[in-house]
Amino acid sequence: MQSPLVQFHNVSFSLPNVTILHDLDLTVEQGETLVLLGESGCGKTTTLKLVNRLLTPSTGEVQVEGKATTAWDPIELRRRIGYVIQEGGLFPHFTIARNVGLVPALSGWDRQRTSDRVRELLNLVGLDPDRFSERYPRELSGGQRQRVGVARALAADPPLLLLDEPFGALDPLTRASLQHEFAGLATRLKKSAILVTHDVREALILGQRIGLMHKGHLELLETPERFLSSDNPHARAYLDTLDVNGGAR
Amino acid sequence: MNFWHFLQLNWPELLLLIRQHVELVFIAILVAVVIGVPTGILLTRYRALRGPILGIANVMQTIPSLALFGFLIPISFMGVGTRTALVALVVYSLLPIIRNTVTGILGVEPSVREAAVAMGMTDGQVLRQVELPLAMGVIVTGIRVATVIAVGVTTIAAAVGAGGLGVYIFRGLRQYDNNLLLAGAVSAALLALAADFSLGLVERRFTSSAPQTGARWSIGRLLVLAIAVVLIFEGGFALWRSARDNSGKTSHITVGSKDFTESILLAEIVVQMLEARGIAVERRFELGGNLPHDALITGTLDLYPEYTGTSYAAILHHPPISDPRAVYTQVKQEYAEKFKVDVSQPLGFENTFAILVRGDDARKLNLKTISDAAAPAARWRAGFGQDFMSRADGYPGFSKTYGLKFAEVREMDLSLTYIALSSRQVDLIAGNSTEGRIATLDLFQLADDRRYFPPYEAVYLVRQDSLTRVPALSEVLSKLANAISTDEMRRLNYEIDGNKRDPKEVVKEWLAKRGL
Repeated sequence: MQSPLVQFHNVSFSLPNVTILHDLDLTVEQGETLVLLGESGCGKTTTLKLVNRLLTPSTGEVQVEGKATTAWDPIELRRRIGYVIQEGGLFPHFTIARNVGLVPALSGWDRQRTSDRVRELLNLVGLDPDRFSERYPRELSGGQRQRVGVARALAADPPLLLLDEPFGALDPLTRASLQHEFAGLATRLKKSAILVTHDVREALILGQRIGLMHKGHLELLETPERFLSSDNPHARAYLDTLDVNGGAR
Repeated sequence: MNFWHFLQLNWPELLLLIRQHVELVFIAILVAVVIGVPTGILLTRYRALRGPILGIANVMQTIPSLALFGFLIPISFMGVGTRTALVALVVYSLLPIIRNTVTGILGVEPSVREAAVAMGMTDGQVLRQVELPLAMGVIVTGIRVATVIAVGVTTIAAAVGAGGLGVYIFRGLRQYDNNLLLAGAVSAALLALAADFSLGLVERRFTSSAPQTGARWSIGRLLVLAIAVVLIFEGGFALWRSARDNSGKTSHITVGSKDFTESILLAEIVVQMLEARGIAVERRFELGGNLPHDALITGTLDLYPEYTGTSYAAILHHPPISDPRAVYTQVKQEYAEKFKVDVSQPLGFENTFAILVRGDDARKLNLKTISDAAAPAARWRAGFGQDFMSRADGYPGFSKTYGLKFAEVREMDLSLTYIALSSRQVDLIAGNSTEGRIATLDLFQLADDRRYFPPYEAVYLVRQDSLTRVPALSEVLSKLANAISTDEMRRLNYEIDGNKRDPKEVVKEWLAKRGL
């Protein structure tokens, strides 16, 4: 498996009146966490949705495991890609166990195997299965829901995770601890991930590479170290916020 | 008779009507859900269909229920009875169900739907596992609204012979009987409240902020529960019925009647005479408008009482003539040719339109004939039933023949016109000549001096194949030839309308007295 996991070739995405992405080229390697950093409306979420074919490119091609997303069966493709959104996007009418076991159940795992996997994952994200399995999402705190969201994305052991501002709605302390845990988890499980955020601190902590997006263009794609020393004006503007606030936004 | 006493006497019939009512509503809602929910789902998938289909459902909702029944009746396979009522009820119930299904599904949070798609759910899985369960509260609200509306509209179903509590309401209006009105209206209101309350409970289960972890409701389980309740009710009722039924009867006859007392009486006479001869008879009474005719032609009915003039003018569309013999002969011949229906010997009385004024007016103004009324008519208000206003031998020709111009003409329910006249709401009405209240309310019948109204001799119309199938029918009908005089008919009508007695008892008494 030497080929890159995800490749964007000259990808543009347009709605009838507006072009959201311009001519994007991007590669995500096996085991890498790539962070897309940018303001609201810069096209980073669109980029994410092009990977699991919630959207398809207007021009160009997105390849996953060497095969164009349009050539994949969308259902099969999506079951191979974990997806985490803000607040977890949990189903309010499912118990925690049913939420986490969703993709295994859809993929036809038997009951015992699914329930073993659910327990394993809840332990992995630091939630006691005996206490949480039978609860409903609204009975959990924001941080706990976010952990469930991550567990659900990992359930079928997908090689790739997509995370759309997963920690955005949390209070700073919970966010910091979850970011830390996620970094450890991703490395330990050797998962590839694309994470979208507008928080430069989060980008620096979690990303092996950081892609800076602005108005539909990928302006910069660097490791955190080289990002810190970049003289790109938008990158500097982000880094200035760190200096002014002493690192705590 | 006070209300409690009335209930004690009539509870088996009231229970039967409630059961019919519940059945109609239940089946209609079931069908409406089976059609409406999938339609709603379709509309969430094909946006372009949404406007037109919701528009159509909206328009159907605004058709007055009586008008809708009217549209449906002429359609040949519908005719009179439960089927027509059900179609109308389903039409009324569709809009809230479709609309709430659309609203409910579109109201599911976009992030939840997106997560479902991104997890690799197929469209069907998103629908079944995410959208429908989350929309269920709103959908149940729609079903609840539809059910409450249906309980109300079902009262109109009595007008097309589908039964239900409307039977009491219509009968109560006709006989000016508050006990009947109360029993029908209060029961219908209680049914609506009960439906609203119980579906409200179901709705709460779906929308409560913290779902119970124990027994949870699914559509399937609800449906099973509802069906079980109806089946238990049905079963109990069937048992009760079979316990009272003396089975073993072979031939079977369905007797119909129009929706006024005299017609019911005449029908009941035949029913009891047939039953006395060991024949199983089904009553399909109180059918409005031309329903009895349509039902006779299609074979739903074997027999119903009619008036020769009505057949002649309203069914066969001949211009009115005044010779009773000519009318009878013409009707008998044409019915045999066109409908294979036999016309019995006349029963002995006529029920023609009676132009009525108050007795004191007649004495004061020295009125004897309709022509005498031409002068005072300019100051008078007239009250006419819908039937009289619209039929060929009714108001238009009547006012032209006599040169009558009223200060005001009010169209109202026929049974209410008598009370309206005696209480001076109106000054002249077109009633029935055999109406029992003519004497008791001191009303005066003006003579038809220009012989405008065709003769309305009472007869029975009976299908020829029924006569062959049940020979006893011919014997019963021949015994009734010339058996009832106008005075006797008035007295019988008054026993029911005036003394509020049960038609069955009145008929039983009369048959015994006459040795029939």
